[in-house]
Amino acid sequence: MGKYLLRRLAMNVILIAVAASLAYMLAATTMNPRAAYQGRRPPVPETVIDATLDTYNLNDKTPLLQRYTTWAAGVATGDFGRTWNGGSVNDEMGRRIGVSLRLLFVGTLVGFALGVALGALSAVKQYRPSDRVIGVASFTIMAIPVFVLATLLAVATYSMNRALGFTLIEYTGEYNPRLTGWDQWLNRLNHLVLPTISLSLGAIAFYSRIQRNMMLDVLNQDFVRTAMAKGLPRRTALVKHALRTALIPSATYFAFAFGTLLTGATFTEKIFAWHGMGAWLIDSINQNDVNAVAAVSLFAAACVLAAAFLSDLLVAALDPRVRVS
Amino acid sequence: MSILQVRDLTVTFPGGVQAVRGVSYEVSRGEVLGIVGESGSGKSVTSLAVMGLLPPGAVVSGSVTLHGRELIGVQEDELTRVRGKSISMIFQDPLSAFTPVYTIGAQIAEAVRVHQKTGKDKAAKRAVELLDLVGIPHPDARARAFPHEFSGGMRQRAMIAMAIANDPDLLICDEPTTALDVTIQAQVLEVLKTAQRETGAGIVMITHDLGVIAGMADRVLVMYAGRPVEQGPVDELYYRPRMPYTMGLLASIPRVDGAEGPLVPIEGNPPSPAALPPGCPFAPRCPMRIDVCDEEEPPLTAVGGGRHVACVRSREIEHKALTGADVYPLPVIPPSGAVRVPRERRATVLELTDLVRHYPLMKGAVFKRRVGTVHAVDGVSFDIAEGETLALVGESGCGKTTTLQQIMRLEPPQSGHVVVLGQDSARLGKAERKALRGDLQIVFQDPMAALDPRMPVGDVIAEPLRAHGRRNVAARVAELLELVGLSPEHAERYPQQFSGGQRQRIGIARALALEPRLLVLDEPVSALDVSIQAGIINLLEELKNTLGLSYLFVAHDLAVVRHLADRVAVMYLGRIAEIGAVENVYDRPAHPYTQALLSAIPLPDPERERARRRILLQGDPPSPADPPSGCRFRTRCPKFARLGEAERRRCVNEEPSVVRLANATGERPDHGAACHYAEEIEVIPASDDQEEK
Amino acid sequence: MRSRVVLRRLLRNRQARSGCLALILLVALAYLGPYAGPYDWTDKDFLAFLSPPSADHWWGTTSIGQDMYAVTLRGMQKSIVIGVLVALISTGLAAMVGAFAGYFGGWVDRLLMWGVDLLLVLPSFLIIAIISPRLRGASWLWFVVLLAAFTWMITSRVVRSMTLSLREREYVLAAAYMGIPRWKIIFRHIVPNLASLLIIDATLNVSAAIIGEAALSFFGFGIQPPDVSLGTLIAEGSRNATGYPWLFAFPAGLLVVLVLSVNLIGDGLRDALDPGSTS
Repeated sequence: MGKYLLRRLAMNVILIAVAASLAYMLAATTMNPRAAYQGRRPPVPETVIDATLDTYNLNDKTPLLQRYTTWAAGVATGDFGRTWNGGSVNDEMGRRIGVSLRLLFVGTLVGFALGVALGALSAVKQYRPSDRVIGVASFTIMAIPVFVLATLLAVATYSMNRALGFTLIEYTGEYNPRLTGWDQWLNRLNHLVLPTISLSLGAIAFYSRIQRNMMLDVLNQDFVRTAMAKGLPRRTALVKHALRTALIPSATYFAFAFGTLLTGATFTEKIFAWHGMGAWLIDSINQNDVNAVAAVSLFAAACVLAAAFLSDLLVAALDPRVRVS
Repeated sequence: MSILQVRDLTVTFPGGVQAVRGVSYEVSRGEVLGIVGESGSGKSVTSLAVMGLLPPGAVVSGSVTLHGRELIGVQEDELTRVRGKSISMIFQDPLSAFTPVYTIGAQIAEAVRVHQKTGKDKAAKRAVELLDLVGIPHPDARARAFPHEFSGGMRQRAMIAMAIANDPDLLICDEPTTALDVTIQAQVLEVLKTAQRETGAGIVMITHDLGVIAGMADRVLVMYAGRPVEQGPVDELYYRPRMPYTMGLLASIPRVDGAEGPLVPIEGNPPSPAALPPGCPFAPRCPMRIDVCDEEEPPLTAVGGGRHVACVRSREIEHKALTGADVYPLPVIPPSGAVRVPRERRATVLELTDLVRHYPLMKGAVFKRRVGTVHAVDGVSFDIAEGETLALVGESGCGKTTTLQQIMRLEPPQSGHVVVLGQDSARLGKAERKALRGDLQIVFQDPMAALDPRMPVGDVIAEPLRAHGRRNVAARVAELLELVGLSPEHAERYPQQFSGGQRQRIGIARALALEPRLLVLDEPVSALDVSIQAGIINLLEELKNTLGLSYLFVAHDLAVVRHLADRVAVMYLGRIAEIGAVENVYDRPAHPYTQALLSAIPLPDPERERARRRILLQGDPPSPADPPSGCRFRTRCPKFARLGEAERRRCVNEEPSVVRLANATGERPDHGAACHYAEEIEVIPASDDQEEK
Repeated sequence: MRSRVVLRRLLRNRQARSGCLALILLVALAYLGPYAGPYDWTDKDFLAFLSPPSADHWWGTTSIGQDMYAVTLRGMQKSIVIGVLVALISTGLAAMVGAFAGYFGGWVDRLLMWGVDLLLVLPSFLIIAIISPRLRGASWLWFVVLLAAFTWMITSRVVRSMTLSLREREYVLAAAYMGIPRWKIIFRHIVPNLASLLIIDATLNVSAAIIGEAALSFFGFGIQPPDVSLGTLIAEGSRNATGYPWLFAFPAGLLVVLVLSVNLIGDGLRDALDPGSTS
């Protein structure tokens, strides 16, 4: 098992490296950091621009391969290079990574747990009112893109706060820097409410559909009938035998859904003014910030593969048939 | 005093389809009631209704009383107290019947704890005892294994252990051995008998296999289109059936104990429960139909001697002592011209020499690595003469399907030779290979999967013709459809619009399109109901004789093989154990495996079935990835067990090859076995007509 | 014959029926609606900037005096066209890659699936966003190609795994034993038998592409001005959704209803085409 995990880890590192390199090449060919310096008044002499871009390894006059080698050598030693205006990508990433991970972690957890619970409920109550309500709700939510949802949530909260006359739920930023200690912690939680809802609602809807379908597949299977034939009450048979088995395919979907979640997080961060990795991606594309884009891509690849790995571990934990003996 | 009484049970599914229409029976303590019927006859739905396990939406009416207590319409929690305690059920497919994520031991212990107030440890210990009782070796360790780590036979044993965990009064077995090989079936039936002895329970045995019922049941209920059509003590029903359906059923099954001549097919198909004909549902297929039959469905009436029959002409049948052979038209099959020439002087259409096919055994999901070799086919040789049918028989995993694929691919084999019509597959060019495919065609097992559902039948049959650039395709398609007993108008319909038997006919028509000389039949009738099966067997026999075909017939049903084949090769773990003319191998099998195989087949003849002594094999076949040294069968061989130390050494060290038996005499001195200590014995009791000879 | 059965089954499903009705109405609105409105989408009313819905400007006006009704319908046309084109291209690509990888196996399979895995490592949104600066000023059709190029991977994995099981189906074996070439078997026996999966997937890909387009346009990575799509309009409107709600509500509402109706049809199609399956 340990050997298998090590090999798996090595494979993932290679995949991340290839993906990040491709992203770097793409960014370096499509983006033009020079633009930020060219339009200045008074005009900056070209030799100065070249020199500045050279120090940041952003000069488009340097051959792509050479820039890539410099960048890759840096990344290999843990240095992600400079931003378009000379800041350290590492520092910026250090500030932002925690913000994004907090959002993703809470969003995934809430989305998976609630989605699976609602889906299972829906399947057990097939064609009853509760199933219909869950079905209609999840269909509607899946039709609402996250940026519309987030905007709607923000507008609704704004109106509610105004009607109440005080700020019940925060709708911009991560926390209030003027508060300290316990208050700040509570304040952070408050700020987390809206982004979490906006990020996880879609996931809840997605997982509830998946889990409902998986559960319905399992409900008709012989082993649920066997469980009831030996005298288990229907509820026990459903939870202990059907739900437990139907969790396995849902766990495999975990990897697929994570990519969507990552994209959703970008919108959520941007709309609720969180300074996370997703918001940084948008800003750095607009600023032609090649090294920052490459860093975010590497982060995204690592997240997706970590999710795939986690989903495999989850499946192995749930299903004795795939465990490596 | 009867344990279970079912009165006028009906089951209606949403949409108004009546799957069960008035079933009544009772079962006493220690009694075995057999329920026989073809697929769709409502036999399984009946038993699920008794347990209250039908899906929600099914409406059940009538009465089911257990020890006099009504079960229909009671509260769910009252039913859960009965299920698994007083009535237990054994399902058909033991793989899907266990929850894949829990150990076998835990699932049996769960059954114990639902109804008995015991601690976890005690329940787990009881589970091990139960596994021991049903003959699972090392029950301690096996209780901790997951369902997928059990073989099919072992799983069904565990299922029986779970069913008897709470000492039930009644066991309902729904096709308990249908998914198993014959030698494993024999073991499991033995375990069931043990279980009945231990618990004294009554058994309801549901199956389509008239042989299994003959050996197990005290009384039999025959179902057709959701209703019982005949009921009575087993001997009475088998020897003196009173309803044309039962008569036809008994006459249509091929028997392993001989009886040459065409089988009696029942024309047509069972009606769909959604569209029952008026009057007697069997009338459209019945050779004794009279006008009254279409007017009203005859009720199941007592005719004395504990027998009930639902047929207006039952008195007449009894009076004239009619049998299936008397009332059903006997098909006439023209004789073959080829068989008159002795085998040695006929051309050889297929020759296999030391054919080998090994697969790498891979492990791991992401990084596959080779951990061993599956010896699927390990040195198989045989030949087929023109106009001859060779049957390749054996249980699942013996390598018969791999052998067939190696022949059909027409590629160079890993080792050995495949020579089709004198051409070695290793030396074929691309064009030659394609031309040869026209002479070698195949009929598949599953009539559902063998035809592309998106193509009209005409295109299905035309496909090989077009691929080989034949002309007059439309005319040839019409001709082929008529040849297999369908009409040319059928060409425009899609495969889904045909019944299983008709689809198999279409598959045969496609295989015949290019006028092949050798036809490979891959279990062509095993997916069909018995009443349909007979018609296909007769068709195959007729085609062979009129078209001068040769067959390689792969099958696991030895009764069908006896009927259709001239020669038979028995395979075990990738090698041939015994080969020879059918009458030699069946009447005087020399290899211990063949003997066990033949003795395991149940006969649809209650008296002889009860009198038979079975040769039971121990355990499961070894894995083809790790075959035993020397003789592959020695680990399960009853003869090996009786040998002395010195004699055994030879079995362990030296792999036997097929040797012609010294005393193979008679009309066809063609009989060989791969056993160091081969000895011909008789395992099938001679049938009455043979005794008369 | 079969298509009629499917259609009947589809229309018996209440959700699918409402989906079909809504989609027909939306398409009619997008393509016929502009003829009913008093303004063209390029017209600018310099007397009404940011005016709320009124008898003159049914859905209000934008900050530069464009008529929201005309502009939104124009945007919806573009979204529908992009959705349909992307779905057709990506599903076709998925079918080809998946069927060839699954049927041929061996190194073809390994190579194609390695490519798919690599494409799945990075979210497609990210890749398209990185490439998009290059597309500024290029035809919107390039944007369609880009969207299609990054939405086919998951479908192709499903197609591949279904092909793996179809490959062992007896009618496919029968065709091989008749001597029919492999590429012909793929087109004659494999792809037609994946038809239901592909139809369902193409339908659901329409809504995915509409959302994908809108999402990219929301950040300015998609359709470029002066052209409009629902995405660009929503981006515009969301900046001041509290002050001028009509700028946000109409495009966002239409987008949600459009996606919902396509999804309902896709789900209904699944039930109609594969009565056995529930997933």
